[in-house]
Amino acid sequence: MRSAPGPLEYLRRWQLRMWLIAVALFLYLPLATLIVFSFNDSKRTILWKGFTLDWYAKLFADTDLLAAFGNSLTIALLSTLISTVLGTLTALLLWRFRFPGKPLFEGALALPIVVPEICLGVAFLVFFNTVLRWPSELPWPLNLGAITIAHVSFSFSFVALVVRARLASFDRNLEDAARDLGAGEWAIVRDIVLPHLRPGLIAGALLAFTLSLDDFVITFFTSGPDTVTFPVKVYAMVRFSVTPEVNAASTLLIVLTVGLTALALRMQGTDLVKTQAAA
Amino acid sequence: MTAAAGGDDWRGAKGMFAVLASPPVLWLAVFFLAPLAIVWAYSFGENRSLTEIAVTGSLGEYARAVKPLYLAIIGKSLWLAGLTTLICLVVGFPVAVAITFADARQKAWLLLLVMLPFWTNLLIRTYALMAVLRTEGYINWTLALAWNGVGAVIALPAFRPLDLLHNNFAVVFGLVYVQLPFMILPLYSALDRLDRSLIEASLDLGAGHLATFVRVVVPLALPGIVSGVIVTFIPSLGAYLTPDLLGGTSSQMIANIIERQFKSANDWPFGAALSFLLMYLTFAAIAAQAMLGRKKVRAA
Amino acid sequence: MSAIIRFEDVTKRYGPVLAVDNVSLSVEEGEFFALLGPSGCGKTTLLRMLAGFETPSEGRILIDGADVSTTPPNRRPVNMVFQNYAVFPHMSVADNIGYGLRMGGVGIGERARRVDEALALVKLDGLGQRKPDQLSGGQRQRVALARALVKRPRVLLLDEPLSALDAKLRDAMRSELAALQHEVGITFVLVTHDQDEALAMAGRCAVMNRGLLQQVATPSDLYEFPNSRFVADFIGSVNLFEGQLTLDEPGRAIVHAPDLAAPVFLDHGVTGGTGTTLWLALRPEKIVLNKRADGPPPPLSDDGDTPPGHNIAEGTIRAIGYLGSESTYDIALGNGRHVRALRSNLTRWDQEELTMGEPVWLRWHSCSPAVLLS
Repeated sequence: MRSAPGPLEYLRRWQLRMWLIAVALFLYLPLATLIVFSFNDSKRTILWKGFTLDWYAKLFADTDLLAAFGNSLTIALLSTLISTVLGTLTALLLWRFRFPGKPLFEGALALPIVVPEICLGVAFLVFFNTVLRWPSELPWPLNLGAITIAHVSFSFSFVALVVRARLASFDRNLEDAARDLGAGEWAIVRDIVLPHLRPGLIAGALLAFTLSLDDFVITFFTSGPDTVTFPVKVYAMVRFSVTPEVNAASTLLIVLTVGLTALALRMQGTDLVKTQAAA
Repeated sequence: MTAAAGGDDWRGAKGMFAVLASPPVLWLAVFFLAPLAIVWAYSFGENRSLTEIAVTGSLGEYARAVKPLYLAIIGKSLWLAGLTTLICLVVGFPVAVAITFADARQKAWLLLLVMLPFWTNLLIRTYALMAVLRTEGYINWTLALAWNGVGAVIALPAFRPLDLLHNNFAVVFGLVYVQLPFMILPLYSALDRLDRSLIEASLDLGAGHLATFVRVVVPLALPGIVSGVIVTFIPSLGAYLTPDLLGGTSSQMIANIIERQFKSANDWPFGAALSFLLMYLTFAAIAAQAMLGRKKVRAA
Repeated sequence: MSAIIRFEDVTKRYGPVLAVDNVSLSVEEGEFFALLGPSGCGKTTLLRMLAGFETPSEGRILIDGADVSTTPPNRRPVNMVFQNYAVFPHMSVADNIGYGLRMGGVGIGERARRVDEALALVKLDGLGQRKPDQLSGGQRQRVALARALVKRPRVLLLDEPLSALDAKLRDAMRSELAALQHEVGITFVLVTHDQDEALAMAGRCAVMNRGLLQQVATPSDLYEFPNSRFVADFIGSVNLFEGQLTLDEPGRAIVHAPDLAAPVFLDHGVTGGTGTTLWLALRPEKIVLNKRADGPPPPLSDDGDTPPGHNIAEGTIRAIGYLGSESTYDIALGNGRHVRALRSNLTRWDQEELTMGEPVWLRWHSCSPAVLLS
């Protein structure tokens, strides 16, 4: 037999429960219907006409879309590699050293996270058309270089953030013990610090991967007709021809990114909660 | 010898310092700061010819940006972003309260519930809303169903679907949809750090729940609230995709105008000026938050 | 004096866990009442139910005769001093103290007057404009006290008020709190796990264990007349002997305890016939130590009743704890059982009289052991 709710047990009051349910419906119904209707045997209407996998079949037959997805994947992989390396170096640098201009550097690192995407997109478009002309006739995958560079630039700060959170839990006494036993600076990093960092590195890498895969605005400004990525292609489809094929593509993308992020979360555990709390 | 809290002096291990510092610093400088610097330079320039831009140091482009036509759009963007932030605050606060006072197990699920949409692609989320808000979309379909249901009993005029797409309503709806998790998390984090016994003490001394929230909870959670507001306002202000897909001709925001300068109108200096106006507004908001934070620390 | 607080068959469950198990007790108006027990015994839960932060799963709570079991905390005539003080960090001392008055609709002028009064009562005059982070722990506690008292509640609740203070401050606050209660005259209910605190300050204590109420009595009754082994052991230190009643008459009884070679003679009857199993609780200070078997008997006049060969034991001193004003002795009896005795060092050479490893004789008065049936 349950007692009446205590004064601070707000979640047990029906008003808050109703509100939560309403917000949950608001957030999830559009996505849920999108997924459900990717299986709808009808082109246009929102009425259910039967289950079908036709749209997925069409999706996999659409060479343009597949090529775009291939581009996205390639860019994401390259970008993740470079971002993770840069982000880890940055995190190690900030954690290990004190140097003149450190606050300035940290401020600069915050910029990719804070600056509106459109400003970044515009900056990269200008850059790759003036200072560093990136010829679009380059063979694949080199022609994806501009987009990749742009992706690295805005995602390595995020990786640095994630890795720094993991570094915060590192016990420096271990380092001293290693030094006491004769290890040099690099040996310490390789043998003691990096193993501790592993979950953070994986989480950071997954974060960089999803950021790259999902990005639209910056990619929109740095891609050309020969270097179309998946979100850009889907955008064109949404703007001009809405078919449930888009639903199918969206569903797959949702599953992919949610799956990857869940994996990253699992790897990072409590570090991620602390990072978001601090943000 | 345990290392100092802020890190060791860089001179103690110059080699390692150089290896760690060079790549990030170089990359940041060349592939991030340089592009931004160029655009900043262009904002002080003008179009000489189809391919040439001269940096003259004039504020001509900025002056254009604050002409009534564009000022109206900037104003509209501020208004839409502000409205979005307000709605997110009102909708999100009870959710943050609910999560804070849930027991440990429920908390984990609720946080997951709030975070999941955030992980899905922005494009997809916005596209999903199109299906909801269209003339033949879900909202209108449900309303038609209800209307016709009632119409079977009482005589009613034919159902006219609501114009929910391609207007300001849709843009705000879309922005709230996308930004809500960004508001809830900082709110939750600030509320969670609050000492529960302070709320109990307030109740014990005779305050009602509302009075307790206004006089005790909000003042102490204020930094978190400001955080949530900033993190919601800035992306809303610079939003491109949402107004592009959900907005009509009269719901253009700053980002859409900027895009046009670079993609179709080929007026880069003007686009640069607008772009940096957005940046200045962003920095102003962040500076305001930092000053508020420092003021609180000094007052305590 | 009438009962201002009444708990009637109160039970509190958290899922499968029974935090408070069918507790019934009453507190008289104007009392200084303590809830005492080890951590997890349910005393804090009981206090919080009284304050209104938890609702009982079963039973009722009455204040001034009215059932307040479901009344929210802001509508009860009860105020609480929290364990961590819960002083509002963003308000000044004066605003903190005046907060409850403000919520109660008291006007500015009257509020200021009563806040000043409260500040004087807790000896924090002139510190009204300070912020809590500029005060010491002890000062913050006084703010919490003043804040609760200024509302003139019917009952003041204190949740482990002295646990966060250092030893010296704790001692000082003990007498201050007792004096305060006397001066203000309202009912105080205190929760603590520190028995010294409870015994020193309270007029009556309720001892709890695992959600159950063990005994409610005055401090001296709890100490000298415990009703169970738990209470005897929880309060102070005690030597417990299990035994069987071999003679039971009105006015005298004899108990045979396996741990003691000689039988125990009691100068009163015991309920329960011969053969009953019971426990004897003998406090260390009630044991008289002698170097000789025929040493002087315990210093109480009419112990002539104790037959020879009763109330006596022999052992060896295994450890001595010199505490300055007194010494404790850990004595091993012949069968290996350890007994603890306590002796005041009355003369300046007392500590030299008994030494480690020395054989010693223990004797006690026939009224000294408390008889426990559970």
